[in-house]
Amino acid sequence: MALPKHTELHYRIWHYFYLTICGLVFFFLIAPLFVIFPLSFNAEEFLSFSDGMKSLDPDAFSLRWYKDMVYGTKNPWGLAAKNSFIIAIFATIGSVLLGTVAALGLSSRHMPYKGIIMAVLISPMIVPLIISGVAIFFFMAKAGLAATHTGIVLAHIILGTPFVVITVTATLSGFDHSVTRAAASLGSNPVNTFMKITLPLILPGVISGGLFAFVTSFDEVVVVLFLAGLENTTIPIQMWTGLREQLSPTILAVATCLIILSTLILVTAELLRRRSERLRGINR
Amino acid sequence: MSSETQKILTTDGIPLEVSLKKAERRNKIKAFLLVAPLLLFLIITYVFPIGDMLMRSVDDKMVTEMLPKTFKAMEKWDGKELPEEDVFKAFYLDFRQLVDEKREGKLSTQLNYTKNGFKSIIKKLRRKSKNFEEGNYKEQIMAVHKRWADVEYWKAIKRRAPAYTSQKYLKGMDMFKNENGEIVSVSEDRRIHRILWLRTLEIAFFVTLFCFLMAYPIAHLLATLPMKYSNLLMICVLLPFWTSLLVRTASWMILLQQQGVVNDFFVGIGLVADDARPEMMYNKTGTYVAMTQILLPFMVLPLYSVMKTISPSLMRAGKSLGGTPIVAFWKVYFPLTIPGIGAGCLLCFILAIGYYITPALVGGASGTLISNQIAFHMKSTLDWSFASAMGLMLLAGVLAIYWVYNKLVGIDNIKLG
Repeated sequence: MALPKHTELHYRIWHYFYLTICGLVFFFLIAPLFVIFPLSFNAEEFLSFSDGMKSLDPDAFSLRWYKDMVYGTKNPWGLAAKNSFIIAIFATIGSVLLGTVAALGLSSRHMPYKGIIMAVLISPMIVPLIISGVAIFFFMAKAGLAATHTGIVLAHIILGTPFVVITVTATLSGFDHSVTRAAASLGSNPVNTFMKITLPLILPGVISGGLFAFVTSFDEVVVVLFLAGLENTTIPIQMWTGLREQLSPTILAVATCLIILSTLILVTAELLRRRSERLRGINR
Repeated sequence: MSSETQKILTTDGIPLEVSLKKAERRNKIKAFLLVAPLLLFLIITYVFPIGDMLMRSVDDKMVTEMLPKTFKAMEKWDGKELPEEDVFKAFYLDFRQLVDEKREGKLSTQLNYTKNGFKSIIKKLRRKSKNFEEGNYKEQIMAVHKRWADVEYWKAIKRRAPAYTSQKYLKGMDMFKNENGEIVSVSEDRRIHRILWLRTLEIAFFVTLFCFLMAYPIAHLLATLPMKYSNLLMICVLLPFWTSLLVRTASWMILLQQQGVVNDFFVGIGLVADDARPEMMYNKTGTYVAMTQILLPFMVLPLYSVMKTISPSLMRAGKSLGGTPIVAFWKVYFPLTIPGIGAGCLLCFILAIGYYITPALVGGASGTLISNQIAFHMKSTLDWSFASAMGLMLLAGVLAIYWVYNKLVGIDNIKLG
């Protein structure tokens, strides 16, 4: 931001002070993530920058920990990654189906008891995770679903649906209902109307809700810690055990992969958000 | 005009009013049916289990079911002098039953919670009671150990008669019911839970405060910069937001360890000596730093979305009417951002108060919070009823915060994303 030429000195000083503060905060936010990148290429077993790394000696860098992540003996990451993806994909499908349908009902102006029902539907997002974890564990233990993939998927559907409900309801709030009435007046049945008219229009909201649900499941550790057996280990669980027991650079290699994945998700989510705003006619 | 107005009929001959009501009801049912699957799913898998937590937290049926005859006989006992023969007989019968089922160990553990000293005398009673003769059980039991002749121990048994108890909640507040049924605090050196509750509140409060102080300037910058710069800077906020919590915690563990980057930097600029590197992890400092960075995006996003809607001409108007920039900011800009501040602070505080992962990894002993205690009882001591009680106390706290917030700011005044 350029200042006008006539700005007085003390405002000028104040302005640059303010920019410095902002810069420091941005640094505080983003810098920790970038420490992981170089350290994951460390040739040695330490989690700090070796002298070789500081002087940019090529020998100090290696792909050793990435190899260990993929080929390492008694390597838990392969199973964990497989489980994480399976669970997250099914949890996302479940959350999106249940959440979108519910959001359609909630957005209807005929919906009775809207406030209280909305409160119940988004409660898993508001209640602290540890409490949700305890409650869900009690249910799964009674239902005989503890330490099963099904149990974890159901748990993640519980945690993921609020995001879908919120994003889809938000998309529907700008939705012009006369188009569905137009479709109906032209002889389309409700299912056909939904598939051909409503869904394409709310799709950005559905997908971004789905992304939230995916990330929630993929990153969830508190509830899984209560539910998972050895067979159901996930990436977050492996990271949790790794961080508690010994900080091995392999974790940093995994973390780097996760950061790349989250960058991809962020880009997708942002593109969708902009598209959705364009469709809803919100121009900033 | 006639006094009776003509009812408007539809083409089917039904009054329009009735027909409309019918259509309205059909629409209501349709809308409800759409919500029903999710609502039902959540009620079964989530709302009921929270109710189950409530049941578990007050449930004390174990002893009640182990000594049914004794408690029946005790109903008539006034609890002052030693009970009569009928109570002793009933206790003997219950006890033999338990020994046959090999459950007397559980009884001794449970009774020992209520009063210390039960373990050994129950063991002794099990051995001796094999050779008891019929009749006069009072004498025979009292002869086993002098504590069986002590009325205090019988009072302790009677205290376990009710099937429900508030004991777990009292324990969560470091209190208990003494022999006379009064609620008193445990001795000062054993008050671990109160310390944890206070620490949780303290950390949640300061993390929220730090987040607010850091988020306000950058949200303002993001909202006032031209789009092409702000989009780029927005990535700095959104990337941490989308990144795995464990990844972010891991990076703080690397930064804050004694041989870590931050300490290296401090040594490098000569702030601390190489052999006196401060501990920045496994204590409160670690929890504060890591939690502030992790929760910061949750404060920035609501603030940003509110600030984005404030027209810059308002500040200019304030200044043109003679206000200094500070006055214009304080009187015009700041009040307009209050919904965003409210939403951000509420979000941060509630997330912080229930935080588990980060404090467990970087908090050490002095940086752990109430959630860590709940998890500890769930996984290690297996005292699930106590974990449930603490969880519900925390939940009550969170709901109370919502309630207060709703009274002060209004929940509708929240703006997210």
